[in-house]
Amino acid sequence: MSDVMTPTPPKVDAPAADSGARRLWSGVARWETGLLVVLFGVLIFGAAESSVFLTSSTLFFMGINIGYIAIMALPMTFVVMTGEIDLSVASMLGLSGAVVGDLWHHGWGIWPAFGVALLVGLAGGALNGLLVARFGLPSIAVTIGTLTLFRGLAEILLGSVTVPGIGDRLFPVSLTNIGVLPVGGTELSWSLLIFLILAMVFGVVLHATPLGRSMVAIGLQPEAAEFAGIRVTRIKFGLFVLSGLLSAFAGILLTLQNSSVSYNAGVGLELNVVAIALFGGVSIFGGRGTILGVVLSVAIIGSLQMALTQMQVQPEKQNIITGILLLLSVVIPNGGEVIGRLRARVRRGRSRSAA
Amino acid sequence: MSTRTVEPAADVDKPRTSRLVDLLRAREAGIGLLIVVLVGLTSLDNHHFLSANSIQQLLSGAALIALLGVGETLVIVTRNVDLSVGSVLGLSAYIVGDLFKHEHIPAWSGFLIAMTVGAGIGAVNGFITTVMRVPSLVVTLAMLYIVRGIDGVIVNGHIVNPTAIPHSFTAVGYQNLLGVPWLFIIVAGVVVVAAYAMRSYRASRDLYAIGSNPAAAALIGIPATRRVFAAFVISGTLAGLAGALFLALNAQVDNSAGQGYELQVIAAVVVGGVAIFGGSGTVVGAALGAVLLHTIQQALVALRISAFWNGAIAGGLLLAAIAFDRWLTLRNARKLASAEGAHRNV
Amino acid sequence: MSRIRLTRHTTLAVATVVVASLSLAACSSSSKNSATNPTASATGTGIKSGLTVYFIPKDTQNPYEVLADKGGQAALAELGGKVVVSSGTQDTAAAQLPSIQAAIQAKADAIVIAANDPKALCPQLNQAAQAGIQIVAFDSDISCGSSPSHLFINQADTKTIGTSEVDLLAKEINSSGQIAILSAAASATNQNAWIGYMKEQLKKYPKMQLVTTVYGNDDPQTSLTVLQGLLSAYPNLRGIISPTTVGISTAAQYLDSHKSLLSHLTLTGLGLPSQMKTYVKDGTVTAFELWNPSDLGYLAGYAAASLASGSASLQANSSFKAGHLGTYKVLAPAGETGPSVVLGPPTVFDKSNIDKFNF
Repeated sequence: MSDVMTPTPPKVDAPAADSGARRLWSGVARWETGLLVVLFGVLIFGAAESSVFLTSSTLFFMGINIGYIAIMALPMTFVVMTGEIDLSVASMLGLSGAVVGDLWHHGWGIWPAFGVALLVGLAGGALNGLLVARFGLPSIAVTIGTLTLFRGLAEILLGSVTVPGIGDRLFPVSLTNIGVLPVGGTELSWSLLIFLILAMVFGVVLHATPLGRSMVAIGLQPEAAEFAGIRVTRIKFGLFVLSGLLSAFAGILLTLQNSSVSYNAGVGLELNVVAIALFGGVSIFGGRGTILGVVLSVAIIGSLQMALTQMQVQPEKQNIITGILLLLSVVIPNGGEVIGRLRARVRRGRSRSAA
Repeated sequence: MSTRTVEPAADVDKPRTSRLVDLLRAREAGIGLLIVVLVGLTSLDNHHFLSANSIQQLLSGAALIALLGVGETLVIVTRNVDLSVGSVLGLSAYIVGDLFKHEHIPAWSGFLIAMTVGAGIGAVNGFITTVMRVPSLVVTLAMLYIVRGIDGVIVNGHIVNPTAIPHSFTAVGYQNLLGVPWLFIIVAGVVVVAAYAMRSYRASRDLYAIGSNPAAAALIGIPATRRVFAAFVISGTLAGLAGALFLALNAQVDNSAGQGYELQVIAAVVVGGVAIFGGSGTVVGAALGAVLLHTIQQALVALRISAFWNGAIAGGLLLAAIAFDRWLTLRNARKLASAEGAHRNV
Repeated sequence: MSRIRLTRHTTLAVATVVVASLSLAACSSSSKNSATNPTASATGTGIKSGLTVYFIPKDTQNPYEVLADKGGQAALAELGGKVVVSSGTQDTAAAQLPSIQAAIQAKADAIVIAANDPKALCPQLNQAAQAGIQIVAFDSDISCGSSPSHLFINQADTKTIGTSEVDLLAKEINSSGQIAILSAAASATNQNAWIGYMKEQLKKYPKMQLVTTVYGNDDPQTSLTVLQGLLSAYPNLRGIISPTTVGISTAAQYLDSHKSLLSHLTLTGLGLPSQMKTYVKDGTVTAFELWNPSDLGYLAGYAAASLASGSASLQANSSFKAGHLGTYKVLAPAGETGPSVVLGPPTVFDKSNIDKFNF
């Protein structure tokens, strides 16, 4: 039954997939070495080309810009590891913010409003999980549906209003300060610090627990995983719930950073989140990826954006560079194999034409 | 050419495929029925919704997404996806508009140029996906950014205005032939040709085989690389054509043309019954899916429902359509299974 | 075996290509950013020369805002300063944040911003203000209270825009019948403000009935779809006001191709003359309004430079010179709007004058 739903990992991943855990690990480690080199390249480039790149505010601003997006990339990594995808994250971020805004507008306290927003995140994630894991619907289609649905609900809640509006209380300054002040004694923004802490937790779960190994197994061979006694349905369901919860949390952070919220906060970010995970070396077919790769990917994309904006590079060109990097990140690991095949083909062609 | 070296496989394949076709026909009838019911219910409340003018609007309004859906279907049945269609539409529309403005090229050549631009980008997608063996989702996601970026560099904040575009070109966007919009005729023509080809030619049937079981397709000697490459080129070409039609319809273009269309197209295709992981689905279904989604949008306005509700209702209906499709597939599979006793994985 | 060698190559290759593509970007980027310290009063106007003003439009591709940016560049060129245009490619607050940050880091003298969200940018703009950067808003105002305090360059008096569009339409449809509004995004600040005044003004025309407002999100395709829905929902519609350039041009193109509708339907709103010329000349649209966007940018540029030089202030009734546009007076805060300057009354374009405008 799940034959239709889950793509068997195609040949692309074969070298990593079928040659044992040791080769897999070394392949992954090498990918991260590559990312590390790229990161250094970006840092050197930024320092050389922009006079303000190496100031402390760059790190803080970068955290403000990418921290909340990076937080959504963590559960996305897990979801993609199991061969699924969640395109509804940015809409859930918007819906969570809209819930906080609407409740705040109606006189609720800030913490109860956060609580409800997180519950909405859980519920939305559970809806995705139910449809994908329990009913076996394709996640890409389901989450395009919930992408529209969640954003639509946010629009119903807030409409054209921005909260706090006229007559509303302001959000508590002690909380909205996360948008303007770094964590005491550092230059990290709160959202980036939270991302780093969560990344450690996610890294441990993925690389050092039976649950993490189960996720890898599901991504590599869903049927085999099922036969091996892994509760595929339950794990996938849980991951979608986690994704909904953390997206809602990211929505709260963004609301506080902006000290306001409108229904279209974070619109269109879903593809950025996916791009971060993929650039971090997570295979879109599941089964391969590391949290370290994702962290490096966040650092590269975040610092590159800072450097290019400081240098007044047009945003269109920034898009082109993002696209090329993403493309290279998947083309290059396949490069050797492709060249080998092309050579073989040329040889074949030559012998044919000789005959 | 050696496309018919696999004669024996064709016989094995045949009975299954025709059953599949029957099943999908039923499915398309279902969507058609849904559209009719929706139009009917809406016109009960607002009888103007059934007027000739209104029907014309429904057909031409859905045309662009339906056209993109045809190409997307070809790609998706091979277990791939093309996320770059919206960007390709935008780039080809602007290039043609810019040529009208500065080079005064003849109207007909606009279509050719747009399709050439699209075919070129489709070829890049296809090449990287098949030869470099990179997952198409990643390739076309990257191309979405790259092509939109190139478009932005070319557009550079300019806009092509209606004055620059030949009347014979924009006529395609709005004139009717015996009451039927040209836009609809062109897109319907593409859908009919594609639907015929998908049923009648070995090469296009190969696409289904590749998508439903890549390993088996390779075993029976289907040239998957060439077929998938062709699917991407066709998807790009149709996205280019959609760009030309966008320009004809709107008579103006800037950098925003086609932004965000990729997810709309995939939604239409999925609602139209094309399995997102390949192997089944028809172009007619995809086109009907586009019409259904557009009808929903129109009906919400016609029913005077607040614009703020559009997103939520559209999202809910989309989920319902996906779930309904799944239910239908499972029910049919169960029927088949009980009728035959033994069956393979569905 | 060969895999290992390949990997080293791979790593190198990634690095090389990345660095190469980056340097490519670097080369193609415009002049390097070097925040020179402005020297005191070179020109006779009391404005420092060498000022750096960051123009942050809604996005870098919006044709209307590109014209405004050019006006700003012209202003600063006259004053011996320079303009840096920086924004994202999409109309979101998140895409504008990096540009504000870049302005702070580059120690710019002023920021001129068309905000994609009235409030989301306030915290960072406030940081900019604390760093000594003057904040000027144009096209779409920010609503940050007093942190930061800023000057709003109003394209035309908000109330006038709203009321005059209603008056324009009323004149053409004899003040009676159903009318609708085709707006930009539901969250667009300026559109919503104008629509508010339109509703006020409609009270003076009891026979005109506003049936609905639809939102085309400034996307031609969406605008077309909602317009079509609008026409089927309200077959007796007499008039449409579209206070956005994308909306009005899309609607004009549709009416142009469905001439039968023109017998009972009138379109007006805010549009660019260059975009609307065809439709005015062939009678699809009789009249519409706008101001000169490049004058708007020019005025914003002068205001920013004057504030940064201390030759203008946010005090009500203080005034400053704006080059060829003359002298402008700062208006006292009113309602939601803080201190502001009004460019002038909107220009009404029709057959008689449309050829004179090239924006």
